Amino acid sequence: MANVPEDLHYSKDHEWVRVEGNEAIIGITDYAQNSLGDVVYVELPKAGDEFSASESFGSVESVKAVSEIFTPVSGVVTSINESLADEPESVNSDPYGAGWMVRMRMSSPGEVDSLLTAAEYEDFTKAESE
Amino acid sequence: MSDGITKVTSHISPNEQLIFERSQQGRIGYRLPALDVEESPVNDLLPPHFQRDDDLEGMPEVSEVDVIRHFVRMSTWNYSIDLGMYPLGSCTMKYNSRLNERVARIPDFANVHPMTEEQDSQGALQVIYELEQHLAEITGLPGVSLQPAAGAHGEMTGIMIIRAFLDARDGEAASGRRTMLIPDSAHGTNPASAHLSGFSVKTIRSTSEGLTDLEHLRELCAHGEVAGLMLTNPNTLGLFERNIKQICDIVHEAGGLVYMDGANMNALVGIARPGDMGVDVIHLNLHKTFSTPHGGGGPGSGPCCCTKELEPFLPVPRIVKTDWSAGEPTFRLDYDRPKSIGRVKAFFGNYGMMLRALSYILTHGNDGLREATEAAVLNARYIADGLTSDYDKPFNSPPMHEVVFTDKRQSRKGVHTLDIAKRLIDYGFHPMTIYFPLIVQGAMLIEPTESVGRQELDQFIAAMRSIANEALEDPELVLNAPHSTRVGRLDEAAAARKPVLRWQK
Repeated sequence: MANVPEDLHYSKDHEWVRVEGNEAIIGITDYAQNSLGDVVYVELPKAGDEFSASESFGSVESVKAVSEIFTPVSGVVTSINESLADEPESVNSDPYGAGWMVRMRMSSPGEVDSLLTAAEYEDFTKAESE
Repeated sequence: MSDGITKVTSHISPNEQLIFERSQQGRIGYRLPALDVEESPVNDLLPPHFQRDDDLEGMPEVSEVDVIRHFVRMSTWNYSIDLGMYPLGSCTMKYNSRLNERVARIPDFANVHPMTEEQDSQGALQVIYELEQHLAEITGLPGVSLQPAAGAHGEMTGIMIIRAFLDARDGEAASGRRTMLIPDSAHGTNPASAHLSGFSVKTIRSTSEGLTDLEHLRELCAHGEVAGLMLTNPNTLGLFERNIKQICDIVHEAGGLVYMDGANMNALVGIARPGDMGVDVIHLNLHKTFSTPHGGGGPGSGPCCCTKELEPFLPVPRIVKTDWSAGEPTFRLDYDRPKSIGRVKAFFGNYGMMLRALSYILTHGNDGLREATEAAVLNARYIADGLTSDYDKPFNSPPMHEVVFTDKRQSRKGVHTLDIAKRLIDYGFHPMTIYFPLIVQGAMLIEPTESVGRQELDQFIAAMRSIANEALEDPELVLNAPHSTRVGRLDEAAAARKPVLRWQK
């Protein structure tokens, strides 16, 4: 069973958001990393890049496929997880910790409310894998 | 051979070392005669900064027979279309006939220099012209360019033509029409081609039947900025988009054009024509549908075919046929096409592939091309039927030239698509396409092509059923496969994350 931490917000594209004040930390879920298989490369934006919600901000390459990643909220990238360049495997081993991808300053923090809760996301993935 | 790789056999051919490891100090493969001219100091011939100062350390020192045996042994590791079935879905790995190879080697064709003058290369130009005519007839699209060097290149050429057409039609307003619609089952090259041509991509959902969702298409078209649709038909699930006419109408009414990815034309040749369905532009893969070599890097050929309306935008030079006139060449190169997107390839494209494809078309004839298509679909349906009792088939409708299964039943025992594919190697078959299309979890996409007879289809089905049985009775056997190859299961993730790209002592 995939790990779905209670304190995060989730998108239907399988990204998670951790809110810290006006900032959002974004990564992909345990369910997503498990479906993708071993991640071999993560392509991330640059600090300062601006995205609106649901826009693609990079891609994850696994041994199976290359998949786009979408930001669940709008904002400006303040920093990215540089260590993924050398250790993309963190996305598999610790998707909610060392495998985080970008930190953004949210332009409309209210967007977080329209994301899924942990319980809703769990139901969503169950329905999707059936 | 690096550590950590399990050697399966003691046979020397599978265990052939790297050429560097074969090196023996002082061993050479030549003997030179005594120097009979005055020796020149090397510094006079080559400036010191171009000379290596490491005494060529590490360069293999081997004899001629060492080199021959090294490469011949490695050649035994290969799997090829001449060895057995190659059911890679979406790839159309059909047999490449010897006759086509022979035609491509006729010296008068093989030795023509691409800069030969028009009047001295009439035969070569006629081959291009005639192949274009055949492809126009097969697709129902009269404008053809054979320049693109591969499928994705043909795709991009098609999308550039759409863009040039819209710019010419709409002028400045075309800048508001920059969205390309692509189904979620598409090849990854589609969004790449659209993006490179300056379009942004919107994804269309598939229905639970595996077809384009018409409602979603209408919804996306309603936004007004749609430049076109890129559609594969039959789609990558092996299903014919039976609403194709309606799909084309919806896009056309929204002011967009329809590009068809011709990767799956092997299901249509001689039966149905994209031009008649409302498609505006298509690329073909001569290395799939028209049997030119595919494995080993091709080279490929991705002709682009389009409507009369789009023809002025095709790459130059076009090959045109003029009325016969004494002393004048009949086939001419026409560069005077002001609306053309320009050249997309040096010279005329991969000419050797054109000879093979023309040979394929002419030796089959109309009836033969139709029969090949029928056999390709029949073979896929035979496999679909033979495997339904053992593997989960996510879509009910009968497949066209390829069929998709999943690992749903086997995964209950912890056996996944990758394991089944690896185990298939032990039975002597090249694995099928795996984990594509992306919208099917654990996809196994199988395309037998028309080149396989009933007996080989039965062997393949028996192998797949045997693996399904092993997955139930002895899952470890499948999980640790392959067992009969020179090395066992490789760590693909480590190979991608920490690749070793050169030999080190």
